Amino acid sequence: MNNAANLVAKDNQEKATWKFILGELKPKGKWLTPFNIISIPIIILGIVLIVIRFWKGLGSVTNLTQEVPWGLWIGFDVVTGVAFAGGAYVLTFMVYILNMKKYHSIVRVTVLNGFLAYVFYAGALLLDLGRPLNVVNPIIGNNFGVSSVLFLVAWHFLLYMVAQLIEFSPTIAEWLGAKRARKILSGMTIAAVIFGITLSTLHQSGLGALYLMAKEKIHPLWYSEFIPIMFFVSSIFAGLSMVIFEGSITHKVFSDQISEKNHHNHNTIIHGLAKICTGAMFAYLFLQILVFIHEKHWNLINTGMGYWYLFEIIGFVLIPMLLFFFSYRKNNLLLIKVAAIMTMIGIILNRLNVTVIGFKWDAAVRYVPTWMELVVTLTVIFIEIWVFRWVINRMPVLRESPTWVKTER
Amino acid sequence: MSINRRNFFKVLGVTGLTLATGSALKAKTASPESEKEFSGILFDSTRCLGCQSCEKACAKVNNLPKPTEKPEVGVIRETNETRRTVINTYNTSKGEFSIKKQCMHCNEPACAAACLTQAMYKTKEGPVIWRADKCMGCRYCMVSCPFDVPKFEYHSSNPQIVKCTMCYDRLLEGKIPACVYACTGDALHFGTRKELIKEARRRIQENPDDYEDHIYGEHEAGGTSFLYLTAGPINELGFKNTLQNSSYPSLTKGFLYSVPTIFVLWPSILLGIYEATKNNNSKSESHE
Ligand code: SF4
Ligand code: SF4
Repeated sequence: MNNAANLVAKDNQEKATWKFILGELKPKGKWLTPFNIISIPIIILGIVLIVIRFWKGLGSVTNLTQEVPWGLWIGFDVVTGVAFAGGAYVLTFMVYILNMKKYHSIVRVTVLNGFLAYVFYAGALLLDLGRPLNVVNPIIGNNFGVSSVLFLVAWHFLLYMVAQLIEFSPTIAEWLGAKRARKILSGMTIAAVIFGITLSTLHQSGLGALYLMAKEKIHPLWYSEFIPIMFFVSSIFAGLSMVIFEGSITHKVFSDQISEKNHHNHNTIIHGLAKICTGAMFAYLFLQILVFIHEKHWNLINTGMGYWYLFEIIGFVLIPMLLFFFSYRKNNLLLIKVAAIMTMIGIILNRLNVTVIGFKWDAAVRYVPTWMELVVTLTVIFIEIWVFRWVINRMPVLRESPTWVKTER
Repeated sequence: MSINRRNFFKVLGVTGLTLATGSALKAKTASPESEKEFSGILFDSTRCLGCQSCEKACAKVNNLPKPTEKPEVGVIRETNETRRTVINTYNTSKGEFSIKKQCMHCNEPACAAACLTQAMYKTKEGPVIWRADKCMGCRYCMVSCPFDVPKFEYHSSNPQIVKCTMCYDRLLEGKIPACVYACTGDALHFGTRKELIKEARRRIQENPDDYEDHIYGEHEAGGTSFLYLTAGPINELGFKNTLQNSSYPSLTKGFLYSVPTIFVLWPSILLGIYEATKNNNSKSESHE
């Protein structure tokens, strides 16, 4: 009898939870925002293109060739997108490992961003696979290509997504009001963080290592045996610039969610990040120059690709680095944001130069992406922003945690 | 303190887990050549008539469309998803010569090292084959192959990677590759790689004026099972002459070897810093 009553109570509770989740699935707020008006048609078009791509083959949508088998979807969505997602591991390192409390208020949103970036941008890999049903093979062991860099990268993506989900899970528990689960999950945070940082170090550099065997195919100004290290170091400031950029937008768009105290805090946080960016960019620039001198590339500078290289290194590494440096000394927030945007452009340039622009730069037929590849890329980005917005509006990401969390401690 | 200790053990557990995964994913690079056993094919350009018998035979055994274009000086035909081998004719300082093009069947193939499912696979007999049931179509083999050999069916919903397999199935039946069998000019020779190199040296020695003193494929890309004897200099015959002589998988060895090390070191270092800063913090808090 008692048992039955318990069961019923449990059942009711479950029903209530489902009702709550279903209720939350409904959109909140206005529908006809400028962002929606732009993104909805693009997403619909993108989904149609994705259907065509799986139905008629990759060639029907992309401009990929036999010589350039990886294009925009890998070079931008995966390689560049993952670099921008690097903010999550840098920030968790600062907050949980170095115990820099100052940055605590932006950890959740950064981890959320990182997680979604991996789900969508690394997920874009699936769109690029010719035989996607076999994607399970390297996971179930048919077979383990352990000598493959891509094998490592794929596994690390997968494990890192799990680690990030664990890092983010207390927020989900707070949203659902699951007190016990929250306690257990937040106990796992440190372990997930340590695991996550290790994985990030390896796959951020691994994305560069993917291209090591394409030695003669990549323009010598961008190819060196140090690509993995450069990709790793640049992922630090790529990720942090993204955090600065994304922060300045979310603080406008979701300002109703952010407490007075955190709003004020945010400026000091941005200053701190600018400082770290300066340091990481300096190290990166130093490495670039070292490799350049070591490989004796002087003769390549006075060519079209040489100018392009200088454009990237001076225009979008050196200058934003100096901007970061001056702006945090002069306390100029606007300048920091400009520097962050320039740094991000620099990262896009660099990743595309290795993966697309400098790849087979001497081929008779150059690969140029189709408009359809661009639309699919935009679709991936827009859907990610939709999910991001959905989560922010519901879970305590920017908002303070519910009061029961504090009383528990 | 007790909570600290519990946390500490938890972290230790995770370190162990990372270690375990780390060693499970441990970097292993394709085992280097056991050269004595590898089979190969020797192509002698001084004997090739440019008759395309090999192309036709290849198309036939692999159910591919019959070749229609003829080799022409000044026109370079590439292999693609409908032809695994092509004959091109070049005008060199020593006269006109034809060159056959197909997969080189490297001793340490970049494609197989790149493949995350071992769909591209170096058999112990020497041929490098592709296995449909494993491949996920990521095309990393195409990115990595220094000779641009693997081709992809871009216009299929269930695309295959297409390349020469040295007729591996025929070899298992005790036959020789279709192209070698069909060759009318005796330009193609099938044998073990060692024998072929010896034979090539003999030909060079006996007719030094007819040959370039270079066996293409003996050292290129770490050595290949397909070997070439040429009459003219290789850069006039459409060969890639910028390739390195060490194997391509060796370029990623450094990175792959560092992976287990980082998997071991990082968690312990991070844990150490975490413990250190945590103590700092609690001290400063108690002082406040
Ligand atoms: S030539 Fe290319 S496809 Fe053939 S075995 Fe070598 S790396 Fe692989
Ligand atoms: S396309 Fe297939 S054969 Fe080539 S690397 Fe990917 S899984 Fe391996």
